[in-house]
Amino acid sequence: MTVYGETLRSRLLLGTAQYPSPDVLADAVRASGAEIVTVSLRREGAASRAGQSFWSLIQGLGVRVLPNTAGCHGVREAVTTAQMAREVFGTDWVKLEVIGESDTLQPDVFGLVEAARILTDDGFKVFPYCTEDLVVAERLLRAGCEVLMPWGAPIGSGRGLNNVWGLRALRAHFPEVPLVVDAGIGLPSHAAAAMELGYDAVLLNSAVSQAGDPVAMARAFRLAIEAGLAGRLADPMEARDMATPSTPTLGQAILA
Amino acid sequence: MKIQVNGEDRDVRADTLQALLEELGYGAARVATAVDGDFVPAGRRGTRPVTVGCAVEIVAPMQGG
Repeated sequence: MTVYGETLRSRLLLGTAQYPSPDVLADAVRASGAEIVTVSLRREGAASRAGQSFWSLIQGLGVRVLPNTAGCHGVREAVTTAQMAREVFGTDWVKLEVIGESDTLQPDVFGLVEAARILTDDGFKVFPYCTEDLVVAERLLRAGCEVLMPWGAPIGSGRGLNNVWGLRALRAHFPEVPLVVDAGIGLPSHAAAAMELGYDAVLLNSAVSQAGDPVAMARAFRLAIEAGLAGRLADPMEARDMATPSTPTLGQAILA
Repeated sequence: MKIQVNGEDRDVRADTLQALLEELGYGAARVATAVDGDFVPAGRRGTRPVTVGCAVEIVAPMQGG
């Protein structure tokens, strides 16, 4: 997969939040094989300096960071957060979230397109957290985005791919655009299904960090995503409504 | 001078953003700053005034999804 000129081997992008400990986070990132991890910005106390030790941990993992604008509900807030993230993390990549509804954390797609335009004009490489809506996707591409990240299901819900038809339509409509299912993944089979649909990658966090054994689950997702991609590339058979015998009937003894 | 820093009321002497970071003890910490909702790049902190009642945000890397 090539995104903004960067070629990536791993198709798994992993979030860094809500792990039982920094050591488990580090081990999970290694087990996942992820080359990109998502990170965020929060208020820093002069005394606690929690952010400084987290940054040292991430730097030690040798991965690329994708800062998010999580928690932003407006365009100005998201743009300012992206600008601060670019300086702190030293990257012009940003996972753009503009949240429109608190219960579902559904994106405000109008604000998202506006913020994407402002940020791409300012030199950012925007990874928009969006829905599977075709028209919104078109507007985001026109705003300068070179990748789209539709949700599978609401963030943290673990429900998998809520609208398979919509995700398939998005894939078919934009065959050349890198597409990443972002959010809602709960099980390795959900991630494999996304890859089988032709998606280029999967971004997830809670499914690994909230598992009883996050490191083992990180490995499970790596394998599932590899399997889903390999299956897709192997050109799957078409589904049928009725049975077709797989064992040849020619030469079968007549015994009845 | 009374201002807000990360949502808390503070009484400070600093009159620039750079001086404020030093007064509060951030030293060489890897942080980004905003004043009244506008990003202030590190290179402009020395000339960015801190005025009565302004709201300063000081953020750093954190876990995220």
